Amino acid sequence: MTPDTKIETKNIKKQNIVSSTDAGTLSNDNRKNVFSSKNFNLWYGDNHALQDINLDFKENDISAIIGPSGCGKSTFVKSLNRMVELVPIVRTEGQIIYKDRDIFEKSFTKEELRTKVGMVFQKPNPFPKSIYDNVAYGPRVHGIKKKKILDEVVESSLRDAAIWDELKDRLHENAYGLSGGQQQRVCIARALAIEPDVILMDEPTSALDPISTIKVEDLMKELKKNYSIIVVTHNMQQAARVSDTTAFFYEGYVVEHDDTNVIFENPNDKRTEDYVSGRFG
Amino acid sequence: MTKNYNVQEMIDKNKSNSSNTIEKLIPTILFLITSISILATIAILYILASESIEFFRRIPFIDFITGTDWRPYSGDAQYGIWALISGTFRIVIIAAIFAMPIGLGAAIYLSEYSSDTIRRIIKPILEVLAGVPTVVYGYFAINFVTPILRSIWSEVDLFNAISPGIVVGIMIIPMIASLSEDAMSSVPRAMREGSYGMGATKIETTFKVVIPAAISGIMASFVLAISRAIGETMIVSIAAGSNPNFSLDITSTLQTMTAFIVQITSGDTAFGTDIYYSLYAVGLTLFFFTFLMNMISIWISKRFREEY
Repeated sequence: MTPDTKIETKNIKKQNIVSSTDAGTLSNDNRKNVFSSKNFNLWYGDNHALQDINLDFKENDISAIIGPSGCGKSTFVKSLNRMVELVPIVRTEGQIIYKDRDIFEKSFTKEELRTKVGMVFQKPNPFPKSIYDNVAYGPRVHGIKKKKILDEVVESSLRDAAIWDELKDRLHENAYGLSGGQQQRVCIARALAIEPDVILMDEPTSALDPISTIKVEDLMKELKKNYSIIVVTHNMQQAARVSDTTAFFYEGYVVEHDDTNVIFENPNDKRTEDYVSGRFG
Repeated sequence: MTKNYNVQEMIDKNKSNSSNTIEKLIPTILFLITSISILATIAILYILASESIEFFRRIPFIDFITGTDWRPYSGDAQYGIWALISGTFRIVIIAAIFAMPIGLGAAIYLSEYSSDTIRRIIKPILEVLAGVPTVVYGYFAINFVTPILRSIWSEVDLFNAISPGIVVGIMIIPMIASLSEDAMSSVPRAMREGSYGMGATKIETTFKVVIPAAISGIMASFVLAISRAIGETMIVSIAAGSNPNFSLDITSTLQTMTAFIVQITSGDTAFGTDIYYSLYAVGLTLFFFTFLMNMISIWISKRFREEY
């Protein structure tokens, strides 16, 4: 992709947001689904971890997934980029549609899917390489070798991850010398470097201090202009602060999925209400 | 239930004075035990050095470390160590070329590709391979590998460098595989996930993330294995011959430093002769090389350690 076309797509995405800001609820929203799961089931061996999940995620939304430990929220988000299959005993049924294609289709390789759907993990997991090499890793793996382009990609990704100014003089230091919060933003930059459509975040701030958490949350709000974000969080305030829609998972089911303000202020289900008001979980 | 005992009283009764004395003696005893290995090392070094000094009184040091002719038995005796070093190096290089790719390949398979079941079967087998007595490898070299090599490559002599070189390689494969596998499997899973998460394939992840992260352990395994190959004695004594020469020829007979030492100590060399003292000079040279390899290994572990 040339830099010009990238700007174009960004503009198109921005227009999309403008045109859909008034579309408050899930129903009267004409944006496309970026992901939609249809009767999705997942087993770890005999353990039926996800049961009949039907969820739609809109483009350029921050969609939060909340729920108590062991409810399947992490498993679900890892299913979206098929990372869950790294566990050998996993079995799935049903469909997950990513932009009109079933991600389990034979012709749709995991590598292709993961190139479009980036991921940020619970614990910052930079490679034990320099900051530059970390961010350049994705483009390099996909065959981009020109130093000039890599330099630009590294700079723009770090800028997008709001960490360029902090790190521009330290690009060749090992990423492990950074603080946890900086490492996590470098990991976000690393994911942005291949310009995915969607960024999955699996409890991205659970290992971070409050100030770093706020920085990552601000970053997410910035990023949604150009990316769709699906974030798993155990922190309900975080879901309330950053997300447009929230899905509440409980014991492998989706109990409720709605606009975030509905989930937090006027939930339909008693269990959702108990959970968001802190009565359990 | 009535209680007809009191645990505190029993404890008091059992607490004799003698146990206190033992408690105090134990560290001293353990210290003495620890000292034995250190004292042994110091004693060996002392004997190597002092006897070598006697050797260098008779044969000029400069002739020893620059000479390429090793003819201790001839009328005009020559003690040029490079003839023996070149023998050792030919074996070590063949062994390393043979063992490093295979050992690393096995480590990659075990750490990244094999299922748990397969790993549980293969790893113990590798460790058995590491426990085979080297004299058995020696016979394997001369009775099995050498005939095969001679049937496909007619220039190979009965005693040669390539057959024992390959077999020394086979001997050090388990060491490389096992140590490299440990290094690779201790790379955190999260790091691999970071790579898969960007659409990297398994092989890309292995070569671009796992191996670089484990490189210090892998390099250390190479160096330790090479150090082991330098010191290897039985295989080369049996299959490489006893004809020291300074060359790069891998098809004809040679002698390594270790094989020379075996030849002299098992023969009827008289105490106090030049040949007798040359043993210590060769031993010291051998020690120098293995010591150097160990230092390199420590340096590599520090220099290339990637913190994670």
